Amino acid sequence: MEFPRLLAVPLNYMPLAAIERATGLLFTRVLKEHPDLFERLGEYRAKRFAFLPSDLPLAFIVEPAGPSIRVIRKPATQDLADASVEGPLFLLLALLEGRCDADALFFSRDLSVTGDMEAMLAMRNALDGADIDLPRDLSKLAGPLAPLFGRMAQDVRRRALNNETSSWN
Amino acid sequence: MELICPAGTPAAFREAVDAGADAVYCGFRDETNARNFPGLNFSRDELRDAIAYARRHGTQTFVALNTFMRAGDEEIWYRAAADAVALRADALILADFGLMAHVAERYPEQRLHVSVQASASNVDAINFLVDAFHARRVVLPRTLTIADIARIAPKIRCEIEVFVFGGLCVMAEGRCSLSSYATGKSPNMNGVCSPASHVRYRQEGKELVSELGNYTINRFPAGEAAGYPTLCKGRFDIADSPAYAFEDPVSLDVMGEIDALSAAGVSALKIEGRQRGKAYVAEVVSTLKKALSVSPAQRAPLLARLRGLSEGQKTTSGAYEKRWR
Repeated sequence: MEFPRLLAVPLNYMPLAAIERATGLLFTRVLKEHPDLFERLGEYRAKRFAFLPSDLPLAFIVEPAGPSIRVIRKPATQDLADASVEGPLFLLLALLEGRCDADALFFSRDLSVTGDMEAMLAMRNALDGADIDLPRDLSKLAGPLAPLFGRMAQDVRRRALNNETSSWN
Repeated sequence: MELICPAGTPAAFREAVDAGADAVYCGFRDETNARNFPGLNFSRDELRDAIAYARRHGTQTFVALNTFMRAGDEEIWYRAAADAVALRADALILADFGLMAHVAERYPEQRLHVSVQASASNVDAINFLVDAFHARRVVLPRTLTIADIARIAPKIRCEIEVFVFGGLCVMAEGRCSLSSYATGKSPNMNGVCSPASHVRYRQEGKELVSELGNYTINRFPAGEAAGYPTLCKGRFDIADSPAYAFEDPVSLDVMGEIDALSAAGVSALKIEGRQRGKAYVAEVVSTLKKALSVSPAQRAPLLARLRGLSEGQKTTSGAYEKRWR
């Protein structure tokens, strides 16, 4: 399932600083829930990782050593990361949660990877080894609306992943 | 028959247990096992917790120490064996005869399984390992037909475990030097086949080009399913036309023959894939567990679901139904 184009287009015009601030908030929340997230990276913690949603005009650069996340407009990620992975946003989020198998997505050509493969493999395994659940982890930001937000996010995830898993069969 | 399932991380381990694995096999985070990939495998504390979790669910834990010891550095493997025994692993999966001897002498009560990496493929070899090191089970190399297994089973004095699903290599387990030839590192000595440090992918026009060391392994046109960047799955120019010299990018699936395997004397079915994600582990283990409990006619549609998870999105029964000589 691709990110709706109607929602992606406005990202071209939104101030990058605002997008980066929102993304940083979510990133910090996930790290707070999973403080050992990058422990499995070992020596690859010093690398920079680019996540390139193919259906968004943005790229996300993660530096675990910080830890920090930067948002940039595409293109221009070539020299900003040691390793990159590109694919539809919902698949990248599914990988973050370990709900899809990265090798299977590579075989089917839904994902492409470039750069330092050792670092990217370590990142893949670190993410897969964590028990990230974005609706659960991020809904806490919504305060008293957390249960409602969590259910909505779970529904979106279910619809997106149903499309993806049915395409495997 | 038991279902023996892979786990590369504690999260995948829990998925395998929850999905109904009879046993889960895993390794330490070092060169003592043949899946020594970055970010993969278990610390001692993680293995302790995993074994406890498995015990609570009636699942066994097998620890793979299935690389070959490097002369002068045997202590790394000895320490791993001592720790696995202390953590009360249900079995150690070993390939190196020296390590088998060490375990048999130091820990005579410890259950010992012969890894596929030991390449024990005939009655004499297997019975030697049973007599010399008290091996209780052998994981047979994927070079034998089901008829071969049926001929061997009544003559050996241990249980038989066979791979039924997952990655398939050139079937010279423990002896393959292709990765070593291209990169200087091998699964046998370093625990890595085609190490990621030597792998590169690049887009050339509409083709995805995979490279290992100084070798171009494959060029996948747009839309063609991809495979692992290993020499054995490489597509090379042979007599001016590109072809797979060793084997196609394809995975093993012999679950359609589980009744024949059972009749042949197999007592455990093994799933390959400690390097795969927890989603793969959960899907494959739950599907194969279900396949074991339904009629043969009901198995095919169940198993077809897994093809999309396989290398090249294709499966083969490999040598189990070998029709070539």
